[in-house]
Amino acid sequence: MSRLYLARDPRVAARSLGGEMMIMSGRDSTLFILNQTATILWQAADGATPLDEIVDSRICAEFEVDRCESLQDAESLARELASHEILQISEEPIQPRSATVAESRAESRVGEAQ
Amino acid sequence: MSSLMLEMSAKALKLNIPLSVHLDLTYRCNERCVHCYLDHDDHGEMTTSEIKHLLDEMAEAGVFILTLSGGEIFLRKDFFELLEHARRLMFCVKLKTNAVMIREKEAQRLKDLDVESIQISIYSHRPEVHDAITLVSGSLKRSITAIRFLKSQGLKVIIANVLMTQNMQDYPGVRALAGELGVECTLDPTVTPMMDGNRSTVALTVDHETLQQVFRDPVLVGDVDEFCAIAPKAGEDDLNSAPCSAGHNACYVSPYGDVFPCVAFPLPTGNVRRQRFVDIWRHSDQMNEVRSIRVKDLTTCSSCSHVGTCTRCPGLAFLEGNMRGPSTQDCEKSFARTGVPSANMLNKKRNAAKLVQIRALPALAGASA
Repeated sequence: MSRLYLARDPRVAARSLGGEMMIMSGRDSTLFILNQTATILWQAADGATPLDEIVDSRICAEFEVDRCESLQDAESLARELASHEILQISEEPIQPRSATVAESRAESRVGEAQ
Repeated sequence: MSSLMLEMSAKALKLNIPLSVHLDLTYRCNERCVHCYLDHDDHGEMTTSEIKHLLDEMAEAGVFILTLSGGEIFLRKDFFELLEHARRLMFCVKLKTNAVMIREKEAQRLKDLDVESIQISIYSHRPEVHDAITLVSGSLKRSITAIRFLKSQGLKVIIANVLMTQNMQDYPGVRALAGELGVECTLDPTVTPMMDGNRSTVALTVDHETLQQVFRDPVLVGDVDEFCAIAPKAGEDDLNSAPCSAGHNACYVSPYGDVFPCVAFPLPTGNVRRQRFVDIWRHSDQMNEVRSIRVKDLTTCSSCSHVGTCTRCPGLAFLEGNMRGPSTQDCEKSFARTGVPSANMLNKKRNAAKLVQIRALPALAGASA
């Protein structure tokens, strides 16, 4: 099974507000509020760490969840975020287009689109 | 504003976070618009490193929407360096410009840096009217050329049309121009006093009849009956609400580092050259005073029939002498919209009647001499 790499799409605008991550799409200015899992993926999306390692270190290590199921859910979520051009996904490590600032740790709720 | 953005604005208000900041990079300008409220001399603008440091502080404070304006932003030689820094910090960046310095290369860079929108001032579709307001020959042509470059990059452009005596018949033409260019268009009938309190520019405000015409144009306001309806009696929630976002989840920073509640509210609250941005935001006495005001605290306005729907600007009220008082320009708008005079207008009428009686006194004095 090939590995999936995630990187934050540099075209978005983003800020953590009281533990919730606000993301504005660079494509059409749609605003998203990321849920808890999406926020974890966003924060860990450095282009170099594969998704399975993110799931192991940031999801399975912190929550009592089935690894296989979590990985499937995370991949599905990553693809959804990529469809909104919030994340970039690739089967190869992704070189950052430009540096991004580290966002503060966020806790969130179910993802919503405008 | 989207429901999610409204929700985030309410959350920022609750958490005392400045969600939105308007930063003027310079007051220098290559146009000399007759209604402009700024002094265009450079009295010591912040340097590149000072502005970058401020942007770092603003990101840390939670600012999400950053409006870069002026003066003319492209007169700063470091403009793109500052914009790059702002985007690296992941601000949602909106620009306000006259666009006359934007050509294909600049439009391409703005696209590469993913600015959210570019607002461009257009006063008329007729060069003789627009250029007579900017006092720069050929300015309309250059701004329109720039809009075409920006559109060709797929950028979001908004034409901002300020309505005043010189161009009051031209707003349909500007809207048609916006349609032809494929961009949005806003219309604002408010001409603000200068930041130093000089009110000469206010004389350019359109008359009552023109305001009525604008407020009854369904193309501009949608459902005219709904737009022009008299507000229902204000409830407790209305009276306990904040009058405006200025100082609550938004503020303004001048090119000299002065922080104000809003660009239209020149109450000094601190300076980022001497204090941290977040300290001014959280601890300035002036900012906290503005923040403490609720609609029920407004003298005159709290008992006005328009209180629920009035566009009252606390900055304009401040420039009239009382941040808790009415803004006469907004009273006139409410009157033009509904046909019902505001409490402030009725008070002025009563006071004027008293003055007429006083005026009779010199005649009596002359008769007795």
